[in-house]
Order: sequence, then C-alpha cells, then structure tokens
Amino acid sequence: MIKNIITLHSYKGWSFIFSLLAIATILLPILNIWVPEDSALHVPNYMFALMGKYLCYALVALAIDLIWGYTGILSLGHGVFFSMGGYAMGMYLMRSVGKEGVYKSDLPDFMVFLDWKELPWYWYGFDSFAFTLLVILFLPGVFAFTFGYFAFKSRIKGVYFAIITQAMTFASMLLFFRNETGFGGNNGLTDFKRILGYSLQEPSTKISLYIITACVLFFSYILSRYVVQSKLGRVLTAIRDAESRVMFSGYNTIHYKLFIWTLSAFLCGIAGALYVPQVGIINPSEMQPSNSIEMAIWVAVGGRGTLSGALIGAGLVNGAKSWFTVAAPDYWLYFLGGLFIVVTLFFPKGFIGIFSRLFLKNKVKEST
Amino acid sequence: MTSSGAHVKDDSIDTTHGCILYIENVTVSFDGFKALDDLNLYIDDGELRCIIGPNGAGKTTMMDVITGKTRPDQGTVFFGQNHDLTKMTEYEISHAGIGRKFQKPTVFLNHTVFENLELALHTKKNVWQSLSKTLTGEQRDIIEQDLETIGLKDQKNLRAGLLSHGQTQWLEIGMLLVQDPRVLLIDEPVAGMTHQETEHTAELLQSLAGKHSVVLVEHDMEFIRSIANRVTVLHEGHVLAEGKMEEVQNDPKVIEVYLGS
Repeated sequence: MIKNIITLHSYKGWSFIFSLLAIATILLPILNIWVPEDSALHVPNYMFALMGKYLCYALVALAIDLIWGYTGILSLGHGVFFSMGGYAMGMYLMRSVGKEGVYKSDLPDFMVFLDWKELPWYWYGFDSFAFTLLVILFLPGVFAFTFGYFAFKSRIKGVYFAIITQAMTFASMLLFFRNETGFGGNNGLTDFKRILGYSLQEPSTKISLYIITACVLFFSYILSRYVVQSKLGRVLTAIRDAESRVMFSGYNTIHYKLFIWTLSAFLCGIAGALYVPQVGIINPSEMQPSNSIEMAIWVAVGGRGTLSGALIGAGLVNGAKSWFTVAAPDYWLYFLGGLFIVVTLFFPKGFIGIFSRLFLKNKVKEST
Repeated sequence: MTSSGAHVKDDSIDTTHGCILYIENVTVSFDGFKALDDLNLYIDDGELRCIIGPNGAGKTTMMDVITGKTRPDQGTVFFGQNHDLTKMTEYEISHAGIGRKFQKPTVFLNHTVFENLELALHTKKNVWQSLSKTLTGEQRDIIEQDLETIGLKDQKNLRAGLLSHGQTQWLEIGMLLVQDPRVLLIDEPVAGMTHQETEHTAELLQSLAGKHSVVLVEHDMEFIRSIANRVTVLHEGHVLAEGKMEEVQNDPKVIEVYLGS
C-alpha cells in the first residue's frame, strides 16, 4: 500500500507537490506574521480567507473531475453536496454563537425572528463538533449513494443524468429558501462568532483554517491520484469510453459508478464545510443551478480527466471572477459563457491540453 | 472460487450431455416485429459454429439474448444445464464464461493494448479488488502470452485508438481470450479486413475451437467455407437449415431465401 502511494509520482513530481504544500502552509503564514506590514513581501490577512476559499473550490473541482473527467458522468448538482457540508458546519457555528446573538436567546436569531420557541429536532446534536463532523463526513455521501443507486440502476446516463442532478439542486434550493424548512430561509446561516472556541475574526483562526484546508486538499489530491492510478481508475475511464464493453468484460459498472459518485460527493461536502467558516455565510444561493454549472466549467477550463487540470481550472476561473467582479462586474457572466464555449470548441483538453502541447510534447502521459 | 461475488456461486458448467448452450423456444419481439420466432439452437461443447442469414434474420438479437442484453419474451436459454441466462445480468453472464465480440469493434481507445487486456483479464472484478490489487507476475505472463497469440506483442504499449482496423479486431478477440470464457460469441470479425488479415483471423479462430466453443456470425461466405464445420442458417427469427456447409448450400429453402438472392 505504502509502496503504491510512493509510486504515484516520480521523484520530481513529489518534490514539486511538497514544495507547493510547504509554500502554501509554511511560507505564506510566515510572510504574514514576521514580515512587517509595509514590506512588499507581506501577505495581508484578507488573503488567507480568499485563498482558503479558492482551495475549497479546488477541492470541488477535484471531486467533479473524478466523476466527470474520469468516469464521463456530468453532474450539474454538486452544489447540493457542497451545501450539505456547508449547512452542517453552519449549524454548528450557529449553535456556538450561544446567547451572543442579536436577540440574546439560546436559539439562533432567525428562529427567534420566526417566533419559534424551541429548537427543531434536526438541529439536535449540532452543539457538538464531533457530531457535526460525522454529519459532514457521512451525509453528502449517504445522500449521493442513495440518489446514485436509483439513477444508475435505472441506467440513467449522459444528458439525462445531468438534467436530473440539475433538478435536484434546484429543488433543494427552493426547499431551503422556505423559512419553515428551518435553515434560515433565503438569508441562510451567518453572523458566526467562533469555531471550537476560537474567534473567527482573529487572523490566527483564519490562517489556521486556511492551513487545514490546504492540508485537506493535499490529502484529497493524493487519495484521488491513488484512485485514478489504480486499476479501478482504468475501469472508470473504460466506463467513460465504452460502458457496454466493460459490462461484457464482467464488471458490475453500477458499483463502480456508485463508488466514484459517492467519493466525489464526500469530497465536495468537506469542501463546503471548510468554505463556510472562512467565508462566514451559507445560504441557498449556493444551490443555484448556475453555481453547479460554474463548477463544471472550472474543470472544463482546467482540463477534464487530469487532476492537476481541475485544480488549475478552479484557480484560473475564480481568479478571473475576482478580478471581473471588481473591474467589470456586468460582464462576468458573458465572459464565463464565452470562455466555456471557446474551451469546449477549441481546447477540449483545457488549459492542461494547451500547456502540454506547448511544453511537454513527449510527456503528455505524465501530465495526467 | 473465481466468482466476482455475483449471484453465480457455482462456477462449474454442467455439460454432461455434450451441449454448452441450449436455446429453446425463444421468442423476442420489438413492437410486434418478431426478431426471434420460436428459435431452437444447441451448441456443442468445443465446437466452432457459424451462423448465417440475411439481414434481419435475428443473428444479433440472438447474441443479445445470450449475453443478457435483451430478455426473451418466451423460451429458455441455458448455459450448460445449470445456468439460466435469462435470469442473469450482463456482467454475471460474462463472469460465468461467455465472452462477446461486437460487430463494431469495441476496445478501450484511450487505454494501451496491455491495459485493455488487463481490464479484460479473468480475475475478481469488484470495486475493492480493483482499488487495492495490482497484477501478479502470473497474470502478466497470461497477458504476454495472449499478446503473442493475437500478434500484438510489439504494440503492447500503444494506445488502442492508434491500432489499425484489423489489429483492433484482434485485440478484441484477445480481450475475450484473457477472460477465459467457455463460449466465444463473435459477430462479423472479418468485416473490413484485408485478405491477409482475414486469413490470419481464420487461423486464430480455428486454433480456439476445442478449448472454447465458438459461435460465429458472419456474412463473408468465403470465410465461412474456409473454417466452418457446421453452419446454421437463420431466417425470420428461426432456424431454416443446419448442417455441413455443402448440405446447407444445396438446400433449396436456403437457396431461395439467401444464397439464391
């Protein structure tokens, strides 16, 4: 097992990944803490929340790449899994507010506002971080497993599957918009104060959350890499390319699709949970159909079927988005749509495809 | 135990009566059109059987029924005397020992030739095994041997999408062989092949008979004449004639519907 993991990358590959990890988790915090603020090398506090957010998006892209890039199943509903993790974390953070809310009540503010007298039963347990963690780790996966079981068993594929997942996220959004559902309606959950006793306003908490996110992304990447490099990964791409041949070769393709679909939802749920304390809010707009489509675009832009492509794509598109929303907010959606069309028509392998065509003519295989 | 954990626990195929495939009174209709109409067909263990017939005679539907892709409206399909194929899924049937080669060659184009064979190789095929196991030396040997048989040793690290048409067909046959099946269903293997490739394929298929039962659907009469012992003629979903090639060719019914036209 250990040996299998070591051989996932060449010596050069590992050095590169660990350097990245070291820069992200050691160098950047040092540049923040020990370099004086007027220095050009100083990394400002707000950068960590921003980068933490990007890393969460990168984890989402990784998850979508597993199911879409490698297995050929396009999901336009990953916003649901992301929100599940996010809401679970949000509920914990709401409960940790205690009586410091606007209404000085033990109940979350929005419940007081709705004149609710006691906590709904499904909020029980979220006082405990351990319980919340269990929900984050299991709920998205279990939900995805159930959904996938029926979808894959009925042999729903391709565009039909994409439409159903899109409907799933739309329906969930409408459900969460209602105040009666008990998750804060269209305002969602916000005004968090602390996590595990540490104030969320403190720079040190922000930096810690960011470092944790970077480490989670690192391990998720290694896990994904292990999966796609194993024979299972080859079965997945075989399912993408010729599913009936895989079945006639003696594989129960439903089990394979369920496995990767569930793993993908699992990673996406964790991303959502890490996202919420860093961004400070979770609301139903995360389940907007367009959000889930945007997630797929990250992967398409970076390069489907390559893990590094997914990570780069999430960074590129969100970097562009941050720039656009400041410089030309009205044009962002046009740019995104145009980008998607251009990439699909001219660069089906995304950024990684362009990159390897330019620089790695003979080493295409390695860049995957 | 070589089963995948599928419902088929007993891997042994009971062929004490000499037959390996029993297709009895099978009817399949699509919107009222009977693709198979009361079809009865028996394949002996180890034989090489050719199935011919005009377009729409039900040849491909018959293959679909045997491999579990299509369920018959009526009738029974048995593999040996103990496996009811109408109650098994595609992957269970494949695991029990029936391999199929499609009319249009289907291999995994983005995998190398070696990886294609690795995926087809007879082994435990559940999710956990695929995730945790790597090829043993013995399994590598089997694949290497297979590469030799199908003549693709030099192409082993080539992406399958780069193979020529004939090589793709052989790769697919090779993939069937490493599945270690008892029955090989082969749909038009020489369509689009050059003369030399056709000859090579004929040799290959003949060398397989005996160890495996081979059921071959083919249009190329020249090719059938060169390899077949027994020929079954399908017409409108049932067996029109069966016997040696010469007998079948001289059968007036056959001449009328097929050879004569």
